[in-house]
Amino acid sequence: MTPVEWLPFAICATALIGLGLYGLITQPLLLRRIIAFNMIGSGIFLLFGALSASETAGTDPVPQAMIITGIVVALSATALALGLAVAHAREGGRDP
Amino acid sequence: MRLPVTVLVLTLTLPLLGAIVSVAAPRRAEVLVRTATLIMVGLAVALTAHVALSGPVVIAIGQWMPPLGIELMADGPAVLFLLVNALVMAAVMLFSLKPHGQIGSDNRLVYTFRPLLLLLWGALNAIFVSRDLFNLYVGLELASLAAVALVGIERKRDSLNAALRYLLFALTGSLFYLLGVVLIYAAHGTLDIGLLTGQLGTYPTDALAIGAMTVGLAAKAALFPFHVWLPPAHAGAPAPASAVLSALVPKTSFYITLRLWFEAAPGAAGEIAVNVIGSLGALAVIYGSVMALRQPRLKLLIAYSTVAQIGYLFIIFPLALGAAAEASESVADAAWNGTLFQALSHALAKAAMFLCAGLILEAAGHDRIDRLAGLVQVLPMTLFAFGLAAITLMGLPPSGGFMAKYLLVSASLEGGVPVWGLVVLSGGLLTTAYLYRPMAAAFRRSDPASAAVFQPVERWRQALPLGLAIASLALGILPGAPYGLMGGMP
Repeated sequence: MTPVEWLPFAICATALIGLGLYGLITQPLLLRRIIAFNMIGSGIFLLFGALSASETAGTDPVPQAMIITGIVVALSATALALGLAVAHAREGGRDP
Repeated sequence: MRLPVTVLVLTLTLPLLGAIVSVAAPRRAEVLVRTATLIMVGLAVALTAHVALSGPVVIAIGQWMPPLGIELMADGPAVLFLLVNALVMAAVMLFSLKPHGQIGSDNRLVYTFRPLLLLLWGALNAIFVSRDLFNLYVGLELASLAAVALVGIERKRDSLNAALRYLLFALTGSLFYLLGVVLIYAAHGTLDIGLLTGQLGTYPTDALAIGAMTVGLAAKAALFPFHVWLPPAHAGAPAPASAVLSALVPKTSFYITLRLWFEAAPGAAGEIAVNVIGSLGALAVIYGSVMALRQPRLKLLIAYSTVAQIGYLFIIFPLALGAAAEASESVADAAWNGTLFQALSHALAKAAMFLCAGLILEAAGHDRIDRLAGLVQVLPMTLFAFGLAAITLMGLPPSGGFMAKYLLVSASLEGGVPVWGLVVLSGGLLTTAYLYRPMAAAFRRSDPASAAVFQPVERWRQALPLGLAIASLALGILPGAPYGLMGGMP
């Protein structure tokens, strides 16, 4: 791929990471923080895909395998975070 | 398959298998967990002996060589961490076998506690032997998820609050680490630490990658000023869980930082960067100790002590990578070995201390330091174990902590930067000050009119922290074998 083809992806990825970080720092609500965490994750996976495109040898399959693993990890982390948030709300806790 | 390779594979797979089986068959879990624990300790001892006698064990999984395959290597530092991990986990596992009391009072707690502990055990072992940066990321996440669940296991409001805060720090830290992994892969096309050696620093993105990974790992290792999640999480978890969380989990992030800076990117370290990291470590030593002095509750005191003790670890960066190391080669070797001694002896001593705190909590029903008068008559063995662990944390001879402080101070004097040695020594004095308070309170004669009632605790459970505390002293009494395995700067 040429830079013209991968650059838009890289820019989108950077924007996602930046937005997610901003949300993680500024949002007080737990649910929004968890969503912000997922946005950063998506941005990093997109960046991984965009940067691993090589100009000579086509697409490298190794990053794709890693992205899938990363998505599974992010999914389980989100599940745990949501479970904890629900238990926390049941106990009458406020957002930390 | 050769025997050492089988042993290494078993140390990784057995805890995970045990976790699954103990979820599937909770009634038989007790026998099973006990057997698996004993086998794991045996495996760790065997692997350590093998590596000490005939060098590292290396596996390329499925015969796929890096960069495509993932390599596992059990070298000297890795087996030392595996062994200490096995000792701490075994003590905690046996400690929590009691059918009623702190952990066991609720059946659901027992059923979730053991699988989580085994899962954490497997994840930590995987981190210690991984040689691939992405594999390390997966290990880190597995460890964080199990650790966060252990913090919130009692489902109390405060501990859930602490667990959520811990989770946000841990996840953000992991994402920063992952960002670094992505940038390194994009620049170099490999994530194997061995293949990356000497390569890092050639691309402009490498500095950003190493910076992001270090920040992420520092947040997970609770380096000052990212320590805010640690005291509530470690004080809010049940005592056996705190023992593992405080002793081992932050060290895995530190361990990866070591692998990254010393093995993957030697020479890429800037003078300013290493001094900043070292200063944060020094601030952690002072701040953690002062906060520990001011805590009214024993578990919070021990948790703040962890913040301080983790600070010592990061002093390795200015000593072994800064200008000091250029003075002579032995400076870097002493800093490296001293830091590993600190990590291992603190792990054993801190686990012992949290188990003691658990026993005190069971005996007294609370852990307020000012109401512990007269405790020594009921729990003499526990307080003896607490005292021995305190010797290691203060760095008095003969203990692993003494070896650590001796090596760090001599490295800082030999390297011509005595300020770091001064931090280590003043940290020792502060440790003495804050550990004196609970000891003095427990030895005070209780007032007969308002004497507190303490429940007795079984002797075999009191023996578990004593064993760990003796192991942390043994590191200082017989330092030869571990010193040889650490092997100096890689």
